[in-house]
Amino acid sequence: MMNRSLKQFGEMLQTKKISSVELTQTFLARIAQHNPSINAYIALDEAKSLAQAKAADALIAAGKASPLTGIPIAQKDIFCAKDWPTTCGSKMLANFVAPYDAHVITQFDAVGAVNLGKTNMDEFAMGSSNETSYFGGVKNPWDVERVPGGSSGGSAAAVAARLCAAATGTDTGGSIRQPASLCGFSGLKPTYGVVSRYGMIAFASSLDQAGPMAKSAEDCALMMNVMAGFDERDSTSLNREKEDYTRDLAKPLQGLRVGLPKEFFAEGLDASVGKVIDEAIAAYKKLGAEIVEISLPNTGLSIPVYYVLAPAEASSNLSRYDGVRYGHRTAEYTDLMDMYCKSRAEGFGAEVKRRILIGTYVLSAGYYDAYYLKAQQIRRLIAQDFVEAFKHCDVIMGPAAPSTAFKAGEKVDDPVAMYLQDIYTISTNLAGLPGMSVPAGFSNGLPVGLQIIGNYFDEARMLNVAHQYQQVTDWHLKMPQGIE
Amino acid sequence: MEWEVVIGLETHTQLKTNTKIFSGASTAFGAEPNTQACEVSIALPGVLPVLNREAVNCAIKFGLAVNAEIAPRSVFARKNYFYPDLPKGYQISQYELPVVGKGAVTIQVPAVGKNPAYEKVVNITRAHLEEDAGKSVHGAVEGMSGIDLNRAGTPLLEIVTEPDMRSAAEAVAYAKKLHELVQWIGICDGNMQEGSFRCDVNVSVRPKGTEKLGTRREIKNLNSFEFMQQAIEYETRWQIETLEDGGTIQQATVLFNPDTGETRSMRSKEEANDYRYFPDPDLLPLEVTEADKARVKAEMKESQEAIKTRFETQYGLNAYDVNVLTASRAKADYFERVVIGCGDAKLAANWVIGELSALVNRLDFYSENPLADNPPVDANDLAQLLNRYKGGNLNRAQAKEVLVDIANQSFSNLGETVDQIIARRGFVQISDSGAIEAIIDEVLKANPAMVEEFKAGKEKAFNALVGQAMKASKGKANPAQVNEILKKKLS
Repeated sequence: MMNRSLKQFGEMLQTKKISSVELTQTFLARIAQHNPSINAYIALDEAKSLAQAKAADALIAAGKASPLTGIPIAQKDIFCAKDWPTTCGSKMLANFVAPYDAHVITQFDAVGAVNLGKTNMDEFAMGSSNETSYFGGVKNPWDVERVPGGSSGGSAAAVAARLCAAATGTDTGGSIRQPASLCGFSGLKPTYGVVSRYGMIAFASSLDQAGPMAKSAEDCALMMNVMAGFDERDSTSLNREKEDYTRDLAKPLQGLRVGLPKEFFAEGLDASVGKVIDEAIAAYKKLGAEIVEISLPNTGLSIPVYYVLAPAEASSNLSRYDGVRYGHRTAEYTDLMDMYCKSRAEGFGAEVKRRILIGTYVLSAGYYDAYYLKAQQIRRLIAQDFVEAFKHCDVIMGPAAPSTAFKAGEKVDDPVAMYLQDIYTISTNLAGLPGMSVPAGFSNGLPVGLQIIGNYFDEARMLNVAHQYQQVTDWHLKMPQGIE
Repeated sequence: MEWEVVIGLETHTQLKTNTKIFSGASTAFGAEPNTQACEVSIALPGVLPVLNREAVNCAIKFGLAVNAEIAPRSVFARKNYFYPDLPKGYQISQYELPVVGKGAVTIQVPAVGKNPAYEKVVNITRAHLEEDAGKSVHGAVEGMSGIDLNRAGTPLLEIVTEPDMRSAAEAVAYAKKLHELVQWIGICDGNMQEGSFRCDVNVSVRPKGTEKLGTRREIKNLNSFEFMQQAIEYETRWQIETLEDGGTIQQATVLFNPDTGETRSMRSKEEANDYRYFPDPDLLPLEVTEADKARVKAEMKESQEAIKTRFETQYGLNAYDVNVLTASRAKADYFERVVIGCGDAKLAANWVIGELSALVNRLDFYSENPLADNPPVDANDLAQLLNRYKGGNLNRAQAKEVLVDIANQSFSNLGETVDQIIARRGFVQISDSGAIEAIIDEVLKANPAMVEEFKAGKEKAFNALVGQAMKASKGKANPAQVNEILKKKLS
């Protein structure tokens, strides 16, 4: 039952085999059973979810259903949802109840989807293991000793443990794709500007992009049909015609040119992960794809560039959390400066502070040119690498993460090792390109994700490429033990 | 040693848009605190700015008005600092690439003592768009400071000059000219009390004849021309005295205290913030096309200079009248409507500058709102009154009384027309020649002495007889006819 696709859930709802209220209750019951050990959700509100489910049932009864009507979706706690706690995984916003809806939330509401709850995440989306959350780490359903990846770790664990039908995530440097890889499901980071950022709490504005986290490519396509679209409240939102992301799913892959960047298969890649990726590539060859070796020469610079630009933007984006208007304010203070310092010292965790410090430093007078400006220049070179590469191939493939899920606590004291988790994903954020991760097999019982990178606005093709693979493999249907 | 003062101005003009620069919240002044603070104004988590193109149009208007380069591509940057009235912890401004580049303004510096008036060109360095901050409110709640974010996000155009001015008089003349200009082109309401037009003045001194600029101090937030004059004069004296006493000037920001007439250092350069400017990733670069400029240009009415020239040539008005009538766009428009209605520019000028101004000044004495640009007499009504006056229906004194009545009408909304007022007041003139002749015959009979004096060559006696005739008619006789008939009878 829990392994059903969104399409199947939709058919059950629309043929009245099950009501949205019943489906929502089923998921809420599963959450009650499993969430204590997995910690995927920060906020649940049964009354609100069921009220939405009831409204969805009315829509279905009135014949006004669309594919996601009545389907329970988990929302990453980075999206403001009216009257829901919206914490962004931080003590700073532990007491914040959003008075308005993010665009993404509005889009799901508009089709009558059910908000099942707000999922755990690394604090302000800064992290690759979900260990920086003020609300505690999330456990990987495949092995609760291990991390689910981050920063969308709560959504990842919820999808993997079937504690929701699908979930939303956001991806600034890999925060959808790396957890999708570590938890064994399908996740898509769209082209920058395809999904509105309005109401999505900013980490690094020029890199942040929301996307779907779901069991299959087909599910991701259905989610994209709801999430994508122009929003005039986000100046970086792209005014493009609405598209149907499912339109190309069935296309055969004969003649597809798959580019393999040699830099993605070099030192740093876990050998057993590399083996899984090789097998996936072999499967694509069988599907008629043609393999092209390509080079993304500036891949190695993507992490240093990212760790200049993202903290720079974050240091400014997080300035609004000052304890003046909302959020955490220290209990006692002597003057304004004392209030700022204590509120922010208490409200932010170590990783957030580290990035605010880095960001403040690289923007400072005398350092700006050497760090921020230089990083912007290299960012353009990295984007140019992809432009070159796409002259020779239709999609790029490689690993989504260098290893499988690691043990909780293993990298918390080594930020650089943690940052390397995003080595294969960050460059697409810097270039603004779409990327996805799909389950490609296992290494020592832990999932491995295959990354598919497309050209700008090529989401439909990427979903097609992933879907065809999922027609000949069943990795995406595998479930962790003990959750059925 | 003879010293020279060098002055440059930075002026924050609040743009007259209905909504804020990056959100749809209202910009109206004087609302209850935080009632015009939407989710963007409060800087809730997740909100994003969207540029108000109206604010851009204002900037383009200014650029066109000062013949400046208007950047085809400019960039919004974040100026980062913490302050309770700055909700995002940064101000969205323009830094390296402003929307308006180099331009120039010609100012008239008035005569001072023996020094004659002169013209001078002040160069504009740049003008950039930015958002205003909110306001701290002290004392509303005992022992606490409040924050009012109604003003947060109000669009500002910061206009920066080159250090071109050499006296307080020049600086004030520039500020006044700019104040007039931004109102003329309709981008700012010019209300200095409400903070719509705020000047920061950079002042330094150097030995006369030298090139190198002295260290400057910036006088912040001057909100009247009088204070500006006083502040610059004090600051100049202070800097010269400090240097002559062997001291040095430290770069600093100073505040002017109107009560003491002194400037005092607020913070030195060492305490200055590092604002960590960087391009705002939430906003795309601002693009202004040739078509945008052409569209704004078409919307813009005549410049002040053009209208002055036209009033002189088209209406044959003297320079003084032209200056008064073009002091503001509203005044010039009003005048032209009166001219169109009565067909007599000189008469219209006399009444607008004379009787109407006098009336407005009297009323203003009691009024909280300046009426100068919005007189309580509709231009069409004044034109109608002047038509009646011109046609000889009523004399000047009567016309003045009717003018006052029209003004009172506008306050009481009685809805009487000009002709109804004239009729009610009984100012219907006697234009019947027979009736006037009868009155004059009576007057001549009653004043033989005056008649004799006139015949003896005393011109004054004629006027006295006219006066008697007007008196006898209770002021209702048509004065032109009285003159004419009297002349005939006495010849």
